[in-house]
This record gives sequence, structure tokens and C-alpha cells, in this order.
Amino acid sequence: MGRENILEMRGISKHFPGVQALKDVSLVVRKGTVHALMGENGAGKSTLMKTLIGLYKPDAGVIYFNGKERSFKSVHESIQAGISMIHQELNPVPYMNVGENIFLGKEPCYPNSFLVNHREMERQTDELLSRLEIQVNPRQLMKNLSASYIQMVEIAKALSYDAKLIIMDEPTSAITEYEVEHLFKTIHWLRENNISIIYISHKIDEIFKIADYITVLRDGEVVGTGEVGEFTKETLIHMMVGRNLNQLFPKEEVEIGETVLEVKNLSLPGKFENINFSARKGEITGLAGLMGAGRTEIVESIFGLYPEVKGEIYLNGRRAEIRNPQDAVKLGIGLLTEDRKQSGLFLPLSVKDNIAIVNINKYIKKGLLDHREIQKDCEKYIDFLQIKTPSLNQAVNYLSGGNQQKVLLARWLLVNCEVLILDEPTRGIDVGAKSEIHKLMSALAKQGKAIIMVSSELPEILGMSDKILVIYRGHVQGELSREKATQEKIMLLASGEKQYEEVQL
Amino acid sequence: MKANYSISIQLKKYQTLFILLGMCIILSILSPSFLKLQNLVNVVRQISLIAIIGMGVTFCIITTGIDLSSSTVLAVAGVVAASFAQGNHPVFFAIAMGLIVGALAGFANGFISAYGGIPPFIATLGMLISARGIALIYSDGKPITGLTDTFQFIGGGYILGIPVPILIMILVAFISQILLQHTKFGKHVFAIGGNEQAAIVSGINVKKTLVYVYTYAGMLSGLAGIILAARLSAGQPTAGENYNLDAIASAVIGGTSLLGGIGSIPGTIIGALIIGVLNNGLILLNVSPYVQLVLKGAIIVVAVLIDMRSRRK
Repeated sequence: MGRENILEMRGISKHFPGVQALKDVSLVVRKGTVHALMGENGAGKSTLMKTLIGLYKPDAGVIYFNGKERSFKSVHESIQAGISMIHQELNPVPYMNVGENIFLGKEPCYPNSFLVNHREMERQTDELLSRLEIQVNPRQLMKNLSASYIQMVEIAKALSYDAKLIIMDEPTSAITEYEVEHLFKTIHWLRENNISIIYISHKIDEIFKIADYITVLRDGEVVGTGEVGEFTKETLIHMMVGRNLNQLFPKEEVEIGETVLEVKNLSLPGKFENINFSARKGEITGLAGLMGAGRTEIVESIFGLYPEVKGEIYLNGRRAEIRNPQDAVKLGIGLLTEDRKQSGLFLPLSVKDNIAIVNINKYIKKGLLDHREIQKDCEKYIDFLQIKTPSLNQAVNYLSGGNQQKVLLARWLLVNCEVLILDEPTRGIDVGAKSEIHKLMSALAKQGKAIIMVSSELPEILGMSDKILVIYRGHVQGELSREKATQEKIMLLASGEKQYEEVQL
Repeated sequence: MKANYSISIQLKKYQTLFILLGMCIILSILSPSFLKLQNLVNVVRQISLIAIIGMGVTFCIITTGIDLSSSTVLAVAGVVAASFAQGNHPVFFAIAMGLIVGALAGFANGFISAYGGIPPFIATLGMLISARGIALIYSDGKPITGLTDTFQFIGGGYILGIPVPILIMILVAFISQILLQHTKFGKHVFAIGGNEQAAIVSGINVKKTLVYVYTYAGMLSGLAGIILAARLSAGQPTAGENYNLDAIASAVIGGTSLLGGIGSIPGTIIGALIIGVLNNGLILLNVSPYVQLVLKGAIIVVAVLIDMRSRRK
């Protein structure tokens, strides 16, 4: 058809300490097309987009946008030029209305005054919303809108900036199937109006429904690009995961003992239902699946964070009543949370306090804390885990990600828990520290702990797990043994592409 | 469903107004002198200073900030204005000096917290302490008296039978309402408090906006200082004790959320009126001043409790 290009990124490279995040990446997006950007977590998709919109400065490479060479120094500049990004985590101002959110920072004013022309703002909002066929009252507060509508408002906001290119990062991760249809209709409309879209997603189905072109990234490099017709589901999956599983994973052969934890018919309305599985001594159970599949909610329920959860949990054959995290800790369950800074660490507190906090009762003598005893125990684990810190009194804030994660591990080792749940244990950690954490997991399994690991990284799941549960939309789509599991099988199950029976062979 | 929903929203919006009306009804039953016009005018005049300061503080709190320094910024502005209201300076000059002093203090608050990255609580706490010292230094610790009649008119005069401080409060309310609801600046104030990240990526100059917010708040504290000096016929370096806390209380009782992003000018005025009616009622009912303090504290806490509850829903 010979359409013009709206965007050309040529030879983009970006280096971070310890990682080459992008290596000579090129991406060409044509006017009025939907271009899917695919790849595993960590393949470099978001880094590439961040270099485009001015959050990162590339080490090498050129960007042509709308026929001109550009290098944006800030998000503001890229927005002005006509690139809008709709982030996976939507960012509304909750107590302002739809119109005010759309026109944030560029409110229409009466001529020669500071006064905002509310009538004009509402008129323009109405016009934008009706162009997109979105039924929302412009005076509705954002906090009353569902994720899907917030997303639509974000699209309207992009249009209000006169965007020529809209980047959508995992736009369907937070919305229902019905809402996805609406989103696709909107995307078709945008395409017809000559607006280009970069569509980031893991969901292979979606890509074949909506995309015109596909570019696949793996380990920071482009491994395939072309029209959608040149791909099949199988080739796409193969391209995304095709690397040989490197031998980074120091998995040790451990004798697997009796069952420690058994979960029966665990359900949480709207999040997951009928989850059944067990974890045995020395066994590492991997929970694989896409973001938002319900994995985190499942393990958090076992830890007592959702009191309304239904179902039964057995520990060493006995029925366990876990109503809150205190119960879970008493019963010997530990949880390393997904987001260590948000819900794991006490950042301004010392390494020592962070380690001892869960088990602080153990150190009370005559009503006072026995600091010497705490010191002794902390030193033991710092030694065992090889935590690199100048002192026990260092604020945990200043440690590297890998060492912070080890501090959290030490916390749970100190409690001497039987079941250790690790939610994304190596997210955001550099390669060296990653493999140390993996080594520790093996060591802990050897000590007889039952480990449950949630991970979005397939190599990690495959490398470390004895058995793998693949979660898809809140239920177990399949359980694979270590021997039978492959990346392709997990991807097919995790995307809902295949049923369990179909991948057994 | 939808109709019910919007009614409950409407009710929530006016819940503080209902509290105020309820208090007035109860008081008018308990004490016949409450409803007398003279008493009501008195109540409003008494709260006019708190309301004026409170409106500035409302801006700060909406951005998730705070201004603790209003009571002593008021004192500095009062003594400075008073020193220019002696002899034959034009009254306009005294007022301008008071406003400028207040605005400068506010500018310092905003600049230090926004560009220095210091929490506004600390920046304005520092100002609270220093400004009292400045007021004492400037006045040599003594009240500045001998003010012109025209200057005193600002605090004690009447226009069309209405006390001047009340008229000034109404004027400030009008200007603040326009600023907050009808200008870009106001939108940005709400946006910063509602979601600072979103404000930044929308291209709003957050730091500059914050400096304006604190400058405005400081200027209103200065204005209150001028009125108070005029009313007391003296610039008192020790004036204004507790005005800062009463102003914050008015804003919070009036529905301004300390978590940011929510607040209104009418709400703050109603909040100030609730404090005023409470004070007045407790005096009329001969409640001991000690008990008054206890009740005042309790009502502020309850107001915030209601705010948090309704937010969680």
C-alpha cells in the first residue's frame, strides 16, 4: 500500500549498569496502523517505549517522528509532538471530573484571562467523547469510573493533544472481555482516522485480532518483524521464548518429603476460583501465568490477606484457620511480597530491624528487647545469605535490590517458617543477585522448606520449579511436572490458548 | 439507583451545613439571646479572621500541604502595617505593606518547601517560630499604637451597617472561590493534591504552582494581621495565638481533606462558622472556658473521622 511512516526508530541501543537493555533495535510504524510490540517481561519493550517518549536517553540510534529527526527530552515534549502513552497503571486525578482530567494542564480559558471556560471545556469533552462513542458524563468524577472508562478517558485525552501515535501498554490487562470489544472498536476508529498505535501485549489472541504489524523483542534485540500475516501463533511464541534455557539456575536435586500445605477449593469471587494444590517438603512449586491472572491474590489469600476467601487450607494434615497474616505467621507461613518497597521493607529502618521485626516477640526479656540476641541472630543470617551491607544499622533504603530481597528472606528464615511463599522473588534484580537468590532457594528447599514461587519469568519458573501450576483467569489451567514443562506449553496455557489436555503430548 | 446515588452525593456535600444548622437550632432553643441579630453579627465578625486565614490554608491543604505559620505571619504583618499607620501615611500604604510582608513570608514557605524539597509542615513550622521573633524584634516587644482613624476603620468600622471585617471576608471568599474553581491555577491546585504524578506528566509546573499557593496563603495571613491590628488599635507582636490551628480546623471541618485533592471555600467558611457558633454557644450557656477547649478539640477530630469514613466508601 506504500503508506508513509509516522515513526522510525533506527539502531537504538541502551545500556544500564549490568545489562544491555536494547541492542541496535529498529522499529518502523506506518501511519494509521496498529503495530504490536511483543516479548517476554524484560525483553526491552518498556525500555524502548521510554526512550521514545523522552524518559530515557538512548546511547545510540536515531528517531524520526512525523518525517523529522527528533529526540525528546521530556514526556511533555513528546506529548506536544503528538505521542501519547497510555500506561498500564492508569493515572487519573480521582476527585476531578472527566473533562478536567482530559484538559489537565491545557484548560481552555476565556480570551485574555485566567478564567477557565467551563462551558467550552465541557463542549470539547462532549465532542471528544462522542467522537469515540464513549457514554460518559463529562461531569462525572474519575473515581466513580471503572478501569475501562478511565482508559477510554485516557484515549480521549490523547486525542485532545492531537496525538498521531498512541502507545498502549497492556491495555487489556485490567478490563473485562466485553470491554475489550469496546476498546477494539475504538482502536479501529483511531486507525481509520489515520492515528497509529503501538500495542504492547502478551496476549497472542488479541494480537491476531487487532494488529497490522508485529515486532518481537527478545533480550533487547529484534528477533522478528513484519506484517501480521507472516506470523502464526506458534512462530510467535517460539520467537518470544526461543532462547535456550541458560544454565543460570542452580537447581539442586532435593529429596521431596511429605505434604506440608494443602489448598482445597480456594475461591475469592472475582479473582480466582476452585484452586487446588499441595506443596511438599523440599519442593518448589511454581505459579506461572500472565499479569492479573490471580496468582498474587491466591498466595496472599493463603497468607490471610483476604479474610473473605472461601475454601480450606491444611497444614501438615490439620485444618488451618488463617484469618489474618498474624495467624499465617504463627502457623509457619512466610510471604515475600511482590512489591518489596511497597509492602515488604521498612525503608528508613535498619537492616537489623527489618530482619527482626516479624519475630520480635522472641527477643523480649523482662519486657525489654534483648539487642545482643537480635544482633547475634541477624549476623548469622547476613552471613548465611551473604547480604552486602556496611553494618547492621544501615538503613535498608541504601541497599541494592538484590540485598534488599535477601533482607526479606532473612526475615522469614528467622521465623523458621515451613512454607515460604515468594512472589516475584527476582523482579528488578540484576543477573548476578538473581542467581544468588536462586541458589538460596535451592538451599532452603534442601533444608526441607516447602517453597511456592510466583513468577512472570518463564526461565525462572522452568529453571527452579519441581512442578508448575499455570493460572489463567483465576483458575488452574494446567499443572505440569518439571520433566514435561516447556516454555511453549506454559505460554499456550497461560494465554488460554490451549486446554490442559491439548498440551500433554 | 442513579437518582439515589446523586442524592447521597448532594447530601454529603452539604453535611457540614446541616451540622451548622443543627447547632444553630439547638442553641436558639437553649438560649434565647443566640438568635438576636447583634449576637449573630458578632459571631460572624469573630470568625472573619479565622475564615480569611482558613481560605488560604485550604489552598495549601488541597495540595496535600499545610501552613502552620499563619498566626505569627499575621503578627509580623500587623506590626509592620501598624508602624505605617501612624502619623500621616496614607492608609493604602499601610495595607500594602502588611499584604507584602505576608506574601513574602508565604513565598518563603512555598519556595523552601517546593524547591528545597522540605515538607511544608517543617518549612512552615520554622516560619511559625521565626516570624514571632521577627514581630518582637520589629516592635521591640511593645505594641505599636497611635494608629490613624482611617486605619482603625478597617477593623472597627461599618459600611451599610455591616462590620468591615465581614465585608473583607466576603470579598476574600469571592476572590478565592474564583481562583479555586474558575482558573487554571485552581485546577492545578486540585490536580497536584489529587495525583501529583498525573499533574507532572500533564505538563503542570508543580513547584511554581505550590509557590503561588503559599504566597496567597501568606498574603491572607497578612490581611488578617492588618484587620486585627486595626481592630485592637495596636500592632501587637504577640497577637494571633492559635489562629493557625483554628484556620486549619475550619478547613478540615469544612471538608478539605488532609490527603489532598478535595476542598472548597464555602466549606471552610462553614467550618469557621461552626467553630464560631460553638464558641458563642458555649459562652451563652455559661460553659467553663476549660470545657470549651475540650469540646472544640473533640469536634475537630469527629469532623476528620467523618471525612475519612466517607472517603473510604
